[in-house]
Amino acid sequence: MQFWQIQTLNSFALGGLLFLLSSGFALIFGLMRIANLTHGALFMLGAYVAVSAMRAGFGLALAALIAALAVAAVGGLIERLVLRRLSGNAQGQVLATLGLSFIASDFCLIVWGGDTIPIQTPAMFQAPLRLFGLIFPTYRLVVVGIAIVVGVVLYLLMERTRLGAMIRAGVDDMQMARAVGIRASALFTIVFCLGALLAGLGGAVGGPIFSAYPGLDSDMLSLALIVVILGGIGSLVGTFVASFIIGFIYTFGTALLPDLAYVILFLPMVIVIAFRPTGLFGTIKT
Amino acid sequence: MVTESATELSSPALVLDGVHAYYGHSHILHGVSLRLEEGRLLALLGRNGAGKTTTIMSIAGLLTPREGAIRMFGRSIQRLAPEFIARAGVRLVPQGRRIFPSLTVQENLAVAEQRREGKSPWSFERVYQLFPRLRERHRQGAGLLSGGEQQMLAIGRALMGNPKVLLMDEPSEGLAPLIVAEVGRAIDQIKREGLSIILVEQNFKLALDLADDVVVINTGRIAYAGTAAAVRAENELVTQHLGVF
Repeated sequence: MQFWQIQTLNSFALGGLLFLLSSGFALIFGLMRIANLTHGALFMLGAYVAVSAMRAGFGLALAALIAALAVAAVGGLIERLVLRRLSGNAQGQVLATLGLSFIASDFCLIVWGGDTIPIQTPAMFQAPLRLFGLIFPTYRLVVVGIAIVVGVVLYLLMERTRLGAMIRAGVDDMQMARAVGIRASALFTIVFCLGALLAGLGGAVGGPIFSAYPGLDSDMLSLALIVVILGGIGSLVGTFVASFIIGFIYTFGTALLPDLAYVILFLPMVIVIAFRPTGLFGTIKT
Repeated sequence: MVTESATELSSPALVLDGVHAYYGHSHILHGVSLRLEEGRLLALLGRNGAGKTTTIMSIAGLLTPREGAIRMFGRSIQRLAPEFIARAGVRLVPQGRRIFPSLTVQENLAVAEQRREGKSPWSFERVYQLFPRLRERHRQGAGLLSGGEQQMLAIGRALMGNPKVLLMDEPSEGLAPLIVAEVGRAIDQIKREGLSIILVEQNFKLALDLADDVVVINTGRIAYAGTAAAVRAENELVTQHLGVF
């Protein structure tokens, strides 16, 4: 009983972190039509910045905020200084993000070293929560809560504000969006910063679960790709649902059939690409 | 010294001067020149593939001309990005309507909204007065509208930018005759407000009913330019240049 209960909660927590990671990835993919291959590195950078902030004496909440803002700034610089110069050349942009991800992982290796650095769960969430006679690891519930709050805020931003409508217009038809006076370059910068902010936040919030280690970037990037392909590019709801589906498949896959974990993970993606190339909720073909 | 506003007063709404445009390596426009005077409606006619849409795309900046000049009220716009051409006051009703399907009707209008210093006659209220059906459906997803309603939305969206020059590319395409008449009345009403308009049409009767001036384009070159009255008086002109009537 305890096994299923803990794994279920682990699945939700992983799903929540995947949503923080993938929502930005999906937004960038939908609007700019490029797979941002630095996204895993931005997540890892968030974890490492949180490590440094906590060493400087900040609590995890403040460290996560600092990490999110620092990674957002890095994202903005990448968009302005690198991707902007390659506008109209999607292949060049994707390759540039791949190169930047290598640079970012080497940078992290130099600054933070090659050992896994654990991140302490905040003291107030260390004690397990007892509810209905069941025991829950409290911090994982907090992670799920953060993901849901972020999901709601993002949904309101996208569906209830003029900025959100402009982003959706750009996803529908970028050329026409520009022809009605929407400034494409400003929109790209905003969305890239937002995506990086969420990835950095995810890395920091996920710290107590994943720790910070070299290779976290590529582990997360492949999961983000699977989520976005499953959920549908540019669809926030699809990303949300797919994040939790993958959270469950990955958690139970590694727990029950560790040898087949990757088969179980990639199989749904292959099936989706074969039979529903727009993903479960998307409109853009992968 | 001529001030900018003096230039603006004395300049035509839109001037194309020797515009050459390409799609990849194919040379589509071979030195197109035309002149749209303020407050007039110029019908740009021609056979399929003559270069009408390419001309419109070049003005809107969706295609950058290789050579030639485009000036709106004296201001050179041919090197601007499309969003800055739109913000300068050229708004487009594109071929195929291209409304944003995942936005509501109201959002389609909102993302295009721009107030201009001095003259900003268009607002949600005015657009909904022009097309009451859009008001009824303002909260609906634009992708669910009928073809005619989508065309009204495309026109309304262009008007929300309070344009100085309006480009319309085949607004009657694929619409039922009753809806064509409704769209035609709306264009006539917009024109009466003094807006300067270029109208591309395959429906020559509609175009000639609305136009003050007519330019016929053929294989990327201007074949005829004159007043609509002259064209209406001389059916032969139309037969010669358009091959149909």
